[in-house]
Amino acid sequence: MYFSKIIATGACVPDMIVTNDDLAKIVDTNDEWISSRSGIKRRHFSKGENTSDIATGVAKELIQKAGIDPLDIDLIIVASVSADYTTPSTACLVQGNIGAVNAVAFDVGAACSGFIFGLSIADKYIKSGVYKNAIVIGAEVLSKYLDFEDRGTCVLFGDGAAGVFVERTEERTGLLAEEMGSDGAKGMALTGGHSPAGNAFNDVTRQAKRELYMDGRAIFDFATRTVPKSVKSLMEKAGVTVDDLDFVLPHQANSRIVEIISRKLKIPMDKFYMNMDEYGNTSSASIPIALNEMVEKGIIKEGSVGVLTGFGAGLTWGSMLIKF
Amino acid sequence: MFERIREIIADQTGKDVEEITMETNVKTDLEADSLDLFQIINDIEDEFDVKIENVEGIETVGDVVKLVESSKE
Repeated sequence: MYFSKIIATGACVPDMIVTNDDLAKIVDTNDEWISSRSGIKRRHFSKGENTSDIATGVAKELIQKAGIDPLDIDLIIVASVSADYTTPSTACLVQGNIGAVNAVAFDVGAACSGFIFGLSIADKYIKSGVYKNAIVIGAEVLSKYLDFEDRGTCVLFGDGAAGVFVERTEERTGLLAEEMGSDGAKGMALTGGHSPAGNAFNDVTRQAKRELYMDGRAIFDFATRTVPKSVKSLMEKAGVTVDDLDFVLPHQANSRIVEIISRKLKIPMDKFYMNMDEYGNTSSASIPIALNEMVEKGIIKEGSVGVLTGFGAGLTWGSMLIKF
Repeated sequence: MFERIREIIADQTGKDVEEITMETNVKTDLEADSLDLFQIINDIEDEFDVKIENVEGIETVGDVVKLVESSKE
């Protein structure tokens, strides 16, 4: 039986840092309001780099860290809700930029769960023996979708990209178990990039409504109820207990939500990793950015076992048990 | 019902149960922000098996009790 081992992690985040005080200059808010409700202090915004540019930065770092030849890459999956174009996909743009001419490349859209969904797909191709390896990246330039007059949402999100290189192994490691779900009936609670069906023969507008909209209570309700259930179900399925886990890495949306998840799961906060103070919510990129940081800081070492859990628009969620 | 709601609010806000009356203001007296209120409402929903809408207008503990009563009808 094949498993998907994580060989390398990498990240690429725009240089421009926007603090809460910077936002307070353009919208009616302040540092205390933002940080006490979300744990966010700064976020990185694009100076013009688009999603494919930072995703390419990640791919190049993965190639260098894993020591692979781009010609040997089988699969490239980019999870994103903020692609440069509707078509070509961001994954195809990355493939072109790194010269991985033998790879199959496509995007996955599952918002803040996107990286988990992408990694799950890559794992299935590897488990089935179709491909030997894959690059999976979460990449977002969400700032281009923010309504800078809506103080309830524009302060919460940031830009960034990160990912992993996974490779087939027969050793029982890497992705060990997963639990995923979707609830489309509640999809309108978090929307962005609406594209109306206007054409030359109807009277529907072609003016797109790009900006992100979020029903804060509905999303809070979803995150604090669904994520604990998802992680609990994953742990039961995999037969692991809290003591078996070295870390829990949740999607970096809001530190207050993470505290509630910790309380409901009875998993101590010191097992939860958080870095939303520096990046805000970067949707599909948030989990791999934090994962890369944990590896670079030595928090994750060879043999470390933990849970990744993503949740967001769709609504979608997914939890994974991984071993390094 | 008020007793149980008081306990839930005290638990989430870290205040003494005795401090909480029908007139207590959620924001100014209990220093609860929107996320505290969301969590209080969720805990009440679970406790009384109800679905509570229109939480935006809540100012006092009495408003919470009224919303729970009307959602049970």
